[in-house]
Amino acid sequence: MSGIGTGYDLSVSTFSPDGRVFQSEYAQKAVDSSGTVLGMCCKDGVLLAAEKLEISKLLEENSNRRTFPIDKHAGAVVAGVSADGRAIVDRAQGEASNYKSMYGDAIPGSVLADRVASYVHVFNLYWYVRPFGVCTMLASYDHNGPQLFMIDPAGTSHKYYGVAVGKGRQGAKNELSKLKLADMTVKEAMFAAAKIMHQVHDGEKGFELELAIVSDETGRLFKRVGKAELQEVEAAAKAAIEAEDLDMSD
Amino acid sequence: KEKKRSEGRGNRPRVDSLRPLSRRLRHLIYRFVRNTMNACARGRAVVSTNDRAQSGDQHAHTDQPVSLGTTIMAACYKDGVVLGADSRTSTGSYVANRVTDKLTKLSDHIYVCRSGSAADTQNLSAYVIWFLEQHSMELGKEPEVLTAAKLLAKLAYENKSALQAGLIVAGWDEHRGGQVYSIPLGGTMVETKFAIGGSGSAYITGLVDATFREGMTEDECRAWVQRSVTHAMSRDASSGGCVRTVAISAHGVRRDFLEGDKLPL
Repeated sequence: MSGIGTGYDLSVSTFSPDGRVFQSEYAQKAVDSSGTVLGMCCKDGVLLAAEKLEISKLLEENSNRRTFPIDKHAGAVVAGVSADGRAIVDRAQGEASNYKSMYGDAIPGSVLADRVASYVHVFNLYWYVRPFGVCTMLASYDHNGPQLFMIDPAGTSHKYYGVAVGKGRQGAKNELSKLKLADMTVKEAMFAAAKIMHQVHDGEKGFELELAIVSDETGRLFKRVGKAELQEVEAAAKAAIEAEDLDMSD
Repeated sequence: KEKKRSEGRGNRPRVDSLRPLSRRLRHLIYRFVRNTMNACARGRAVVSTNDRAQSGDQHAHTDQPVSLGTTIMAACYKDGVVLGADSRTSTGSYVANRVTDKLTKLSDHIYVCRSGSAADTQNLSAYVIWFLEQHSMELGKEPEVLTAAKLLAKLAYENKSALQAGLIVAGWDEHRGGQVYSIPLGGTMVETKFAIGGSGSAYITGLVDATFREGMTEDECRAWVQRSVTHAMSRDASSGGCVRTVAISAHGVRRDFLEGDKLPL
């Protein structure tokens, strides 16, 4: 089995003898070492959450944006190289706007995901560019219902009920699989997401949680969860974690 | 010697370099230039039919654009929409086709009524049929009526100086049910419960306003459309022939043909 430094990993336009494109896999590694990012598709909306690891103590709050609106009814969260993420979000915003002006209606989630995936894939074909080191999660809520898609650095797009990427993805996926997302509301999911984030966060450095939702409650508009509500949810989540710890240590 | 310029002869282009020519030749040139400029602005044949008719040209009538001087309409009923049109295509005073089908299918559940220049509307329809087919592949399902209307309106607006097309898009989709969109000459798009268009529609504006009811059954709506188009055909010289209707709903599409001698008048 080929590994690092065996010459097939220098360019994204090269296959290895066992049929792998190493550069795409290395791009995925960039995502795996970033802060945890969650997506949950509930019965009345979609929730996106990002664990923003502290870059610097001098950083202004909310300056390190990770969730972005794509259109009124859709938004995205990025995991991995933030700069790459912004480029993809830019493109997604352009696609959504172009679709609306051509076809007169808001872009359906599946079409948006297809377009972003095609765009990301292009950067896996040519030697003169490098792949995006980003996993993009797209949330949308239109007459087709709430939808959650994830596009990985290779350009593959899938539809999910719940998905987690980044450092704490193993623990997060475990917790997510215990939840019955199709029966939960976004409000309940916010609490669950905060709890999972605090549980899987590892390291002495703190982190900032960023939540964004599009649900019936927000009038099917994509919005970031405000500071007050966020603090409430986080406090409840931390309390629940402590209570569990107490139970376990008895 | 100063030659007096005659006044009040209209806006002949006054070019001094033509002065040396005889008066008759000069005026012939003025008329030709004006004609050409006007014809170019309208995209028509340069030589006017009047001149050719006067000079005994047998083929003068072929210079007239083929137009759908027409009556078209569409209306929403309980479960969907009904579209209706007359069947006359005229080239000047010659009826090129007395059994025209002006109700064109854009996709399974979306049709368009065409009025104005036959060439313009046929080509616009062809573009949109292609666009909608491509779009439905990306979408993974049937296109929506709003999309078809938006595409046509975009084409109509962006090419407004070259086109003469009055369109009514109507159909049924899962998202919004039965819809009627009117796209008149400039490229506006307006959604309404019912719409009328074409030269004959002017004669029935009062009639349709007074007799339209929301929530009719398919048969009632079809009969209403047929009666209204018949009234327009009886007064408009550019409308005539028979009445074609198309009824579109979730159940499917039904075409009807009412012969010219069986019109309800």
